[in-house]
This record gives sequence, structure tokens and C-alpha cells, in this order.
Amino acid sequence: MSENQKLTDVVMPQLAESLVSATIAKWLKQPGEKVEQYEPICEVMTDKVNAEIPSTIDGVMVELIAEEGQNVSVGEIICRMAVAGGAPASAEPTPQTASAVSNVTSAAAAGDQSMRNRYSPAVQTLAAQHGVDLNQIQGTGMGGRITRKDVLAYVEKGGAAPRQPQAPEAAPARAEAPSPFKDLPHADPAVTPEQYIPVQPVSERNSGLHMSESPKIPPIEVERGERETLIDVTPLRNAIATNMRQSVSEIPHAWTMVEVDVTNLVLLRNKLKDEFKRREGYNLTYLAFFLKAVVNAIKDYPIMNSVWAVNKIIVKRDINISLAVGTEDSVMTPVIQRADQKNIAGLAREIEELATKTRQGKLKLEDMQGGTFTVNNTGSFGSILSYPIINYPQAAILTFESIVKRPVVINDMIAVRSMANICLSLDHRILDGVICGRFLQRVKENIEAYTLDTKVY
Amino acid sequence: MAVMEYIDAIRLAMKEEMEKDESVFVLGEDVGVKGGVFTTTKGLIEQFGEDRVLDTPLAESAIAGVAIGAAMVGMKPIAEMQYSDFMLPATNQIINEAAKIRYRSNNDWSCPVVVRAPIGGGIFGGLYHSQCPESIFFGTPGLKIVAPFTAYDAKGLLKAAIQDPDPVLFFENKKCYKMIKGDVPLDDYTVPIGKANVLREGADITVIGYSMPLHFCMQAAEELEKEEGITAHILDLRTLQPLDRDSIIEAARKTGKVLIVHEDNKTGGVGAEVAAIISEECLFDLDAPIMRCCSPDVPAMPISPPMEKFYMLSKDKVKEAMRQLAIY
Repeated sequence: MSENQKLTDVVMPQLAESLVSATIAKWLKQPGEKVEQYEPICEVMTDKVNAEIPSTIDGVMVELIAEEGQNVSVGEIICRMAVAGGAPASAEPTPQTASAVSNVTSAAAAGDQSMRNRYSPAVQTLAAQHGVDLNQIQGTGMGGRITRKDVLAYVEKGGAAPRQPQAPEAAPARAEAPSPFKDLPHADPAVTPEQYIPVQPVSERNSGLHMSESPKIPPIEVERGERETLIDVTPLRNAIATNMRQSVSEIPHAWTMVEVDVTNLVLLRNKLKDEFKRREGYNLTYLAFFLKAVVNAIKDYPIMNSVWAVNKIIVKRDINISLAVGTEDSVMTPVIQRADQKNIAGLAREIEELATKTRQGKLKLEDMQGGTFTVNNTGSFGSILSYPIINYPQAAILTFESIVKRPVVINDMIAVRSMANICLSLDHRILDGVICGRFLQRVKENIEAYTLDTKVY
Repeated sequence: MAVMEYIDAIRLAMKEEMEKDESVFVLGEDVGVKGGVFTTTKGLIEQFGEDRVLDTPLAESAIAGVAIGAAMVGMKPIAEMQYSDFMLPATNQIINEAAKIRYRSNNDWSCPVVVRAPIGGGIFGGLYHSQCPESIFFGTPGLKIVAPFTAYDAKGLLKAAIQDPDPVLFFENKKCYKMIKGDVPLDDYTVPIGKANVLREGADITVIGYSMPLHFCMQAAEELEKEEGITAHILDLRTLQPLDRDSIIEAARKTGKVLIVHEDNKTGGVGAEVAAIISEECLFDLDAPIMRCCSPDVPAMPISPPMEKFYMLSKDKVKEAMRQLAIY
């Protein structure tokens, strides 16, 4: 081999996925032959492919190491080639790193002591255990560092201080020394419920201001069962709570009220009610007249019959009046469908039916659906003023308060009239004061327009 | 006892469990007639029929979903993901359904599914045939994750996974399939999930790893002992979740110098958790910083051979890391 030639090893390449070895089928180049780059040097067989191996360099084949028919692992040397022109051989990583390492070690030996006084936790632990003076130990680690093994070797050679008798006791204690965080609930990710659910709640109270002692708070005894009663939340109660909460938190409520002179209505009803009861079998209530007045007002102001849909307002054509009907422990809002198509007698009949069904708990799902505007007859339980919560997702709710006789000024004369308040809560996203004022005025006009000649059929 | 390849050990484990238990079945892409792209399920359809070896559409979410549903009503499915790279469409089913069902149902339901998926590169597979997705699933309570390195463990852990009452991800290394051979008993044995294994005793450094890179560690350890007298203590984690904390702590205490090796990229990998356990539990036994030798944070395995070589761990890379730690 001439001086200007360098030898390079050719290894078995990885020819396919998951291939770990291949068999040399035939050598195409014999020692002494010239080889050009990319020229095939041999054929190989694998269980997946048969292939030719191309040369990666220009040069001369020097030595065939693998024989024909031999199975060679990927990465193993199959032949040696000589490179003409003294270009450095491709891969010689091992000698380089080896020399780098010997540089480091020799540097340490030559007196690089930069790490001499850097003691690792293990070294300090061992030194304390065995009473070793670390100044006495020659470090063999990087930069003259004393390693754990240096300390162990020093102790083994008997270099430890005379307080060794303590050591045997200390050593096992250390080996068993648990993490100082061992007992904290978060130390081990494998949780058990007991870790997180204390069996006995801690009795000590702490305000956070007085860390050293329990603050002096008078003890408050609560005897459950005697001074308070727990009521289970029924599904109905829960639904009411959910709806109310949703309405109040989503809808910006505003509120307004007008008073209405219902003297003529009282007279009208008094005239009709006994006859009506006899003929129809149910009561002709004030509410039926009120409802008719409301429905007719909605016809004039259809925006009252709408729903907020974030980027649009949906106005409903059908006027379906939800009627708030209270029982001892709940309130329901059954619906009078197509209230705009019914006369006063028809509304009275619907009111009677829905109220009866509600009290008997016989409401069906269809009785509850499709409401577009809610009316609540709060006067029936004596209220003269109320601030109702909108029946979500409707736009407004209206209440009729108690009818009371009051002195009223009419044409600068004082008269005794039957008066009632009408309250309206509105969704201020949809409705504003002016439109609601006009709407309420229309309701008022409609109610005050009842005369003794008004027909209920 | 027989010497067999890693892939044969996996196949044998499935065959034995299917013979033993009627409710065990296999499903996946090309697992039936073709016998799997790596031949892992070869011969199973002939022996057990197409009712128990199901060729599925190319839809990993469906494979996992069907397997989870079957497992919840009492079957013991072994779902194969052709490559772990393809497993990601099934992540929702695995993490949100399989891992949580026992907890969510207050112990009423369980999901004894095994999801097998080949991991690892170095096979010129490029971006979508080489990934190590352990860290995606690692840290999901409710999942068990195993990643065997030896043929013995491959069979024993797969049988344990099939018998386990909860979901187990079985990450087999595709480079190990033909490369790793070993003695595998032909009888019915299991390797317990959650137990690490000491592969080699040593006094200078502790190497903790799993799956294929342990091959490099073992080779490097032998060379280092021969050439420089450095002895390495090597721990095979075998189970990634739950980690065998006691064995990790014991191995770390042994030398005080710990090197963690895995092919999944360094940031956020299993090694980070192992290092955290050691720093929590044995600060005063440490003689050197805890080191990690892992793949770099590159988005995916390159297809170009020199770049793949750059990305992949090798005996030389591991050996150099081990030497540096030894002389520290």
C-alpha cells in the first residue's frame, strides 16, 4: 500500500425497513480492480430485496472481508477500498472521541483542579457518615472533583476518621432515609381517596391573621334537625331555579308600571258573571278581560312578542300567552295557544282549564310549550306591585295587581274608582321605555274601553 | 425454551392467549389475510378464522373505538395500530374513553383493551413510520404503558397486558422485531406490569432506559468495561406507566450517576419524569447531574439517511454519554 493511499471501510448498508442483515450474493469487484463512485461492487440478497451495493468513492478495491454467501449484519465491514489522492476516510469517530477523553483525563491529572472543591450531595453524605476529611482525598473526577467512588475507596483503605463507631448506625439509617416529602399527599402520584378526604375535619379555626393561635371566635352550635330543616330540591324546584337564574343572569331587566281605572270592567263583570257561570259552568274572571286587552295590545306592538337571538330578534307571529299559575310550592306557566284567536269567553275557559290542570298536576308537555309572552295575575294573592322575572327567553312579562278602590281626581273632582296597577318587566336588549310605555298605554286603553255593552262572546 | 425473535415472541403471546381465552381477538389494518405489515399476526387468521382476526378499514379511530366498545362488554380485544405514527386519530378514544371509563362509571365499567403499536425509527421510514409517541400518552392516569426490550419480556408483557383488566398500550419497537433474539419459554408465563428489570450490574454509572436504545446501552457497556474498566448498571424500565419508582430509586442510589436513555425526543419525555423521581427521592445520593441521552427536539424523523443517523441514537452516542458521566 503506497503512502498516498488511505484505506476506507465499506459497511453493509441498510437497504430496507427493519432489515438487520443481508447475504453477499456475488462480488462484482475483485481486489486490485479500479472502482468508480456509484459503480456496483457486489450483489446482496435479503428476505425483502436483491440489490447491488454501489461504491461511495472513487478508488481501488483492496480486500474483500465478507465472503460470497456469508450473512452480514447491517453496519459490519464487508470490504476495504483504497482512496486515491489522500482524501480523508469518511468515518473514524471512535479514535477521535477516545483521544478527546484521554485529553480530559490527562488534563485532570496534569493539575486542573477547578472542580476540586465542588462536592456532590453523595460525596458530602458519605463524608459525613464516615467522618472523612475531604481535604485528604485525591479527586479523580473531572477537574479534580472528588467522586463518590473516591470517598468509598478512601474509606475502604481505612482513611476514615476515628469516629467510625457511629458509622454503622448511621449508614442504614441513611439508606432508609425517605424523601422528606414522603408523607405529603402529593408525594406519590398513585393516589388513594384517603389521602385527599380527611376522616376528621380539622377543628382548629384560623383567620389567617393569627397564625400562632386560634382566634377567639365564640362557638356557634348548630343543631341540625331541631333548628333547621333540610328540604330536598325537587326536579320541579330545580327547573324553576334554573330558569329564574338563567333569565336574571342573561336578560337585562327593566321595569315599568301604569295604573288602570277598571271601574267599568268591575261593573261589566258583575253584570255578567252569575249568568255566565250558570251557562258555562265556570267563572268569568277579570283575568280573561285583562288577557284580551293584552293580546290586542300585542297585535298593535308585535315586538313585545319576540325573542333575543344575539345577532337578530325573532318576532313570533302566534301570540301564545304563558299564564303564571301558582300552587303552594311552585309556579307553572302553562300556555294558552293562539290567544289572539280567542274571545273573552274562550280565554276564560282556557284559564279555568289550565289552572285546574296545574293544581291537579295534570299538565302535559304540550300545555307548557310555545309561550311567547307571560301574564301573571299577582292581584289574586293581594299584591299591589310586583317586579316579575321574565319567563326566559321571552321579551317581557306583565302582571295585574289587586283591584282596590281609591279616591281619584277626574275632571278636577274627586271620585271613588276601582284602580289596579299593571307592571311590566322587559328585556332591555329588545325593548326600550318608549315602546313599552306605548304598549302599556294601549293595554290601559283597552281595559278602560270595556263598557257595560262589551260582548264576551 | 426456545431462541426466537422479538416479533415471534409477540405473535406467540397472541396465539397462546387466543387459544386460552375465547374472548381474545385481534383487529387492525391488514392483520388478517396479509398477517400484518411486519408479519406480527401471520398465521392467526388461518388458526382462528376471520371472526377473531378482523381486517379493518384504514381508520384508527374506528379500530380503537370498536376495540374499546367490545372490551366494555366483556371481550378482550388486541387492537393493532400499523405504526404508532398512525395512532393519533385514535387518541381521543384512548385518552377520553378507554382511560377514563372505570373512573367515570364509578367502577361499573372497565375496558380491558390492548393497543399494540410499533414505535421507533432507524428503518428509513421517515416522518410517519418512525415516531415514538410515548410522551403523548404518558402521564394519562388510567392508561398502562409497556415497552419491552427483550423477546422474553415481549411475550410476557403482552400476555400480562391481555390479561390486565384495564387498557394497556403495548409499544413494540419495530427495529427490535428481527434484531433482538432471546430465550423465550414456550409455557404460559407473564411478566408483571409495573416492574423494571436490571439488565446488567455495575458500579460506576447507572443507565435507565427502555425499548431499542437499551441494545446500544448494552453494547456500549460491554465495550466500556473492556476498554476502560467502566462498569454500567443498566435498568430496563419495561413499564412506562406506572413507573417502577422503587427500582428507579434503587438503581440511582447504586452509583449516584444516572444517565437516562430513550429514543423519544428529550423534552417532555419519559426520562424527564424518571429524573424528577430521582431528584425528589435521592438528592443526597447523587454524585453527578442526572443526564439524558435522547433524540433531539426535531419535529419528525428525517428520511435522508445522514439526517436520520444524526437523529437516531447509536452505540457511539450512548457510549460517549456514558463515558462522560463516568469520568465526571
